[in-house]
Amino acid sequence: MVKTVTNWGRNGVADWLTQRLSALILLSYAVVMIGWIAMNPNMDYHQWKNCFSSTPLKIYTLLALLSLTLHAWIGLWSVSTDYITVRLMGNKATLLRLLFQGVCATILVAYVIWGILILWA
Amino acid sequence: MKDKRPTNLDISTIALPVTAYTSIMHRISGVILFVGSFVLLFGLEQSLSSERQFLTLQECLHTWWGQISVWAGLSVLGYHMLAGCKHLLMDIGIGESLRGGITMAWTTIALAFLWSLAVAGWLLW
Repeated sequence: MVKTVTNWGRNGVADWLTQRLSALILLSYAVVMIGWIAMNPNMDYHQWKNCFSSTPLKIYTLLALLSLTLHAWIGLWSVSTDYITVRLMGNKATLLRLLFQGVCATILVAYVIWGILILWA
Repeated sequence: MKDKRPTNLDISTIALPVTAYTSIMHRISGVILFVGSFVLLFGLEQSLSSERQFLTLQECLHTWWGQISVWAGLSVLGYHMLAGCKHLLMDIGIGESLRGGITMAWTTIALAFLWSLAVAGWLLW
């Protein structure tokens, strides 16, 4: 049995809820951003820059990025505990899984830090 | 629990239903989006750093490989979000039966295909 010490909320229901809430934020962000860009095909640098220097869009973008980190973590955790297992890969699986999860977690936290640096540069 | 139960967990020997394919594609598209987020963040950084970088990025996006990347990215994102909406609908009790699950799986594939076509049409037009 896979011990659940690496999942986000330490219990399945918390993970389930976090995944859904973050999904809704990401869905709304994707729809709004794609819609906005599609409806303004001639947007120039100054309009683009102005929008991203407004506080609401900064907060919304950071919120989406934090949601991405939680959402992707829960997803990648599920994938790793389903496929990188002792049953499928033998004894080296546990080490490999922890390595995979460590790399993913590091990248996801780095995404947030990078996003903050971009938005508040 | 008996340990000697006859089990067959070798997925490659099992004929998978359509719901399994939408599920595995949801996972694959999710992993692609995790990697693709790097490209998006890089693009955001470039686009905001200076007007020259903004214009360079715009030029890149207008090349044929830029257009194909945008199309592929939006197609993958569209599929992942549609399959996600299917999950949210099932969470509130819609399409939980076997027949409902199969219908929703095919609907997800059909809508994702249409979305992909629409994006291609929009980029070409």
